[in-house]
Amino acid sequence: MSEFAEPGIARKPQDHGGTHGEPHPHGAQGTFRSYMTGFVLSVILTAIPFWLVMGNVLDDTLLTGIVIMALAAMQIVVHMVYFLHMNTKSEGGWTFLALLFTLTLVVITLVGSIWVMYHMDQNMMPMSPHEALQRP
Amino acid sequence: MHETTPPPGATAPVFYEQEEHAHGDGGTLFGFWLYLMSDCLIFAALFATFGVLGRNYAAGPSGADLFDLRLVAVNTGFLLLSSITYGFAMLEMDKDRIGPTLKWLAVTGLFGAAFVGLELYEFTHLISEGATPRRSAFLSSFFLLVGTHGLHVTFGIVWLLTLMVQVHRRGLIAANQRRLMCLSMFWHFLDVVWIGVFTFVYLMGSMR
Amino acid sequence: MFSNLDLQQLLFGRLTLEAIPYHEPILLVTFIVVAAGGLALVGAVTWYGKWGYLWREWFTSVDHKKIGIMYVILAIVMLLRGFADALMMITQKALSVGAAEGYLPPHHYDQVFSAHGTIMIFFMAMPFVTGVMNYIMPLQIGARDVAFPFLNNFSFWMTAGGAVLTMMSLFVGEFSRATWLAYPPLSGAAYSPGVGVDYYIWGLQIAGVGTTLSGINLIATIVKMRAPGMTMMKLPVFCWTTLASNAIIVTIFPILTATLAMLALDRYVGTRFFTNDFGGNSMLYMNLIWIWGHPEVYVLVLPAFGIYSEVVSTFSSKRLFGYTSMVYATAVIALVSWLTWLHHFFTMGAGANVNAFFGITTMIISIPTGAKVFNWLFTMYRGKIRFETPMIWVMGFIPTFVIGGLTGVLLAVPPADFVLHNSLFLVAHFHNVIIGGVVFGLLAGVQYWFPKAFGYKLDPFWGKTSFWCWLVGFWITFMPLYIIGLMGVTRRTQHFEDPTLQPFLTFAAVGVFIILAGILAFVVQLVVSFFRREQLRDLTGDPWGGRTLEWSTTSPPPPYNFAFTPVVHDLDAWWDMKQRGYDHPLGGFRPIHMPRNTGTGVVLAGLSTVLGFALVWYIWWLAALSFVGLLAVAIGHTFNYDRDYYIPADDVDRIESRRAAQLVGGA
Repeated sequence: MSEFAEPGIARKPQDHGGTHGEPHPHGAQGTFRSYMTGFVLSVILTAIPFWLVMGNVLDDTLLTGIVIMALAAMQIVVHMVYFLHMNTKSEGGWTFLALLFTLTLVVITLVGSIWVMYHMDQNMMPMSPHEALQRP
Repeated sequence: MHETTPPPGATAPVFYEQEEHAHGDGGTLFGFWLYLMSDCLIFAALFATFGVLGRNYAAGPSGADLFDLRLVAVNTGFLLLSSITYGFAMLEMDKDRIGPTLKWLAVTGLFGAAFVGLELYEFTHLISEGATPRRSAFLSSFFLLVGTHGLHVTFGIVWLLTLMVQVHRRGLIAANQRRLMCLSMFWHFLDVVWIGVFTFVYLMGSMR
Repeated sequence: MFSNLDLQQLLFGRLTLEAIPYHEPILLVTFIVVAAGGLALVGAVTWYGKWGYLWREWFTSVDHKKIGIMYVILAIVMLLRGFADALMMITQKALSVGAAEGYLPPHHYDQVFSAHGTIMIFFMAMPFVTGVMNYIMPLQIGARDVAFPFLNNFSFWMTAGGAVLTMMSLFVGEFSRATWLAYPPLSGAAYSPGVGVDYYIWGLQIAGVGTTLSGINLIATIVKMRAPGMTMMKLPVFCWTTLASNAIIVTIFPILTATLAMLALDRYVGTRFFTNDFGGNSMLYMNLIWIWGHPEVYVLVLPAFGIYSEVVSTFSSKRLFGYTSMVYATAVIALVSWLTWLHHFFTMGAGANVNAFFGITTMIISIPTGAKVFNWLFTMYRGKIRFETPMIWVMGFIPTFVIGGLTGVLLAVPPADFVLHNSLFLVAHFHNVIIGGVVFGLLAGVQYWFPKAFGYKLDPFWGKTSFWCWLVGFWITFMPLYIIGLMGVTRRTQHFEDPTLQPFLTFAAVGVFIILAGILAFVVQLVVSFFRREQLRDLTGDPWGGRTLEWSTTSPPPPYNFAFTPVVHDLDAWWDMKQRGYDHPLGGFRPIHMPRNTGTGVVLAGLSTVLGFALVWYIWWLAALSFVGLLAVAIGHTFNYDRDYYIPADDVDRIESRRAAQLVGGA
């Protein structure tokens, strides 16, 4: 992605060669420990759902579905915390606020669309046998 | 210009900043985060579409018929590993070590390329079996959702290569560090989206 | 070897000479007029040798003020185009009753109403709002520019590129006939096989990239670049509405992008997203497009509300009443706007429970809106009101918009909507709120902030003439449409059998011509004011007795806005400074860090437009080439690290001394 020119509030000019440690924007810096913890947790949270589905372990589609969705949600949180260093302090709380706002709207989009379209489908006219061939 | 004179003895409030102070990164990282939020909404629309159309097989093959979960597990492994190798690259960057940074970036790129390569193999295999994006709404939404994620990863690899050249040329200057941090966010975000993909598309889609 | 036909197809895709509408007199005349006007303009610029100046000072500028002005100019040009479409529609409707056919056949009429809606929303209202936010918000927060100046320039050119592609459809090929939202299956490959819908898709996709990036830019600016002391609850209300509007933009435009991409895939590749066979579902398109479409109108109206707040408090010489409730109302409106979208398709069959939910949310959103109206009224109460041109727009807005909002609440009742959906009543309602709310607000904003941008006020006589023509013209146009819409007349019709409708339609046509007079009066105002600018000159930087920081700069502001960053202590920061006796520093200036101009934005947008054109006409080699070009230029741009420079302290001193002399001279 291209770099965007910074605006004019005077600050020190760009350095060339060598680095000045700029404050890490997300507050907590990653450490080797935290990356490894995140990695191990992610591996576990990935292995379990794959095992449940590939081995047909629970023998109940609905229950399996709920469990793997819950595990996915947990793994997303793990990624956010350990890899993306998500915390409530970064950018004065704005990063977290933006995330919450986005997640709210993602949920509205998903739940809303599925709810609405399900009802649209329910209220469709019964199909002719020819049309029914086009459905599952 | 004075419209009212402050009472004698009172100190006038300061209305203009005469002293300088540093202003951090100028907003690039926050701006990039906002871009990622907008990307979340693109994926939300594609997930919603898959949620609505994902069982419309049109008397054609379903997920259970088509998906090879071992392949998906391997791909998931590639992406997860690439996330952690990027993390290692960032740790080296924090220590101002150009060589190791570039090394871990290269490994990340290789894992990413493996991911995309395997995905392309999967797609061509599906298409050769007649499971094309035109076959059914299920397949259209599958190819678009998974394909869009794959395109993002591809773009990330191009970006990563560009950054490797730029770091090699100019070192870990502030601008390059900022760019590496943006790519870091992008890369991890793609792994987050993949969690959604393998859960909702592949695992849920494989269950009858 | 290729036959001639194959070679032509390879080189030109489906573009042939037939695409040029020789046989349509209206288009021919339009083309001649536009070409003549365009040549005259280009000729004049060349004659006066101004291309270098335009390129250096405007096209490649990353200054938010210049970019803001360019956005507004684009919007005004597109207003003229979109309004021409409106004139054509209403005259056709008034003429074509019973045996009379009118002059606009359905094939052409359908393009006109599709273009009218598309242009007015995407290429008039959006750029207008974006331009005003771009110009004013950084000044109001005490910043020197937006967070990402290059991105700002790029966003503008992408919007312009989308507009260019849409305008090209007039003379090369045709535009979409599928309405401003292009519902499938009508917009699918089977029923719209021509280029029209493709022009629509690519024009919006290109502009959409610009809009989304602009949204990110303006949010980051407000979050990161406020002057010291300006906490969020000291932010001017216009900036709060800017923040809310852009937060909506960043979240909804991706959905539009994804949905149009799916439509494009259906058309180009034959996927089954919105088809009625092979498992597709065209109703899904309506669902997704309105998840975008409803919050979009709040993107437009919230900044207009912000403008009203600024104008009302300035011209009532009073602090805005209920600042905190205004902030909360803005946030609630933004959030609830995300929960109402289904009211656009109550009749599509989701059932009573779903309809009830969305009907209730739609009614709820009128409450914070009403709170805002009361706050404006309470601001005026016991204020010392000056009826300058910006203020009379507010006077016109309040009753007009309230009535439009009330008809909206009526439509929010699902059983009522079953009768009124897609009638002229609906058309009257949304024009009522968009014209009465958004357009009046933007025109008020122009009258209010023009002196800041150009250094002289606009002529009040022509301003008030324009206002009265707009207000009277609006009501004469839309009152009859409310009435016959309630009686059952459908929208988008080009011919009527019932002769009793003709008086209403004729009355409405008269109204549209009065609005035309209003638009022409506005153009006259611009010209007359330019020639009378010395008499209308503002030397103080604060011609209206303003309350917010933009009025603390000269008119126009220097390129860097503020030589020293202001320090804020209270709401209405400039008013506070004036009351407490501020001292404008006259020395001790330092070099000021500024971003460089760049032509990359123009080039990228130009390549995007070429790509769009190539995709419309199936010219695959050109599409591939321009796509590769885009990547190359974008990546190449990142290798340029030399993005900024410093204005030397001496130059700053010179500019500021000139300013001090001006202020003393005018005081």
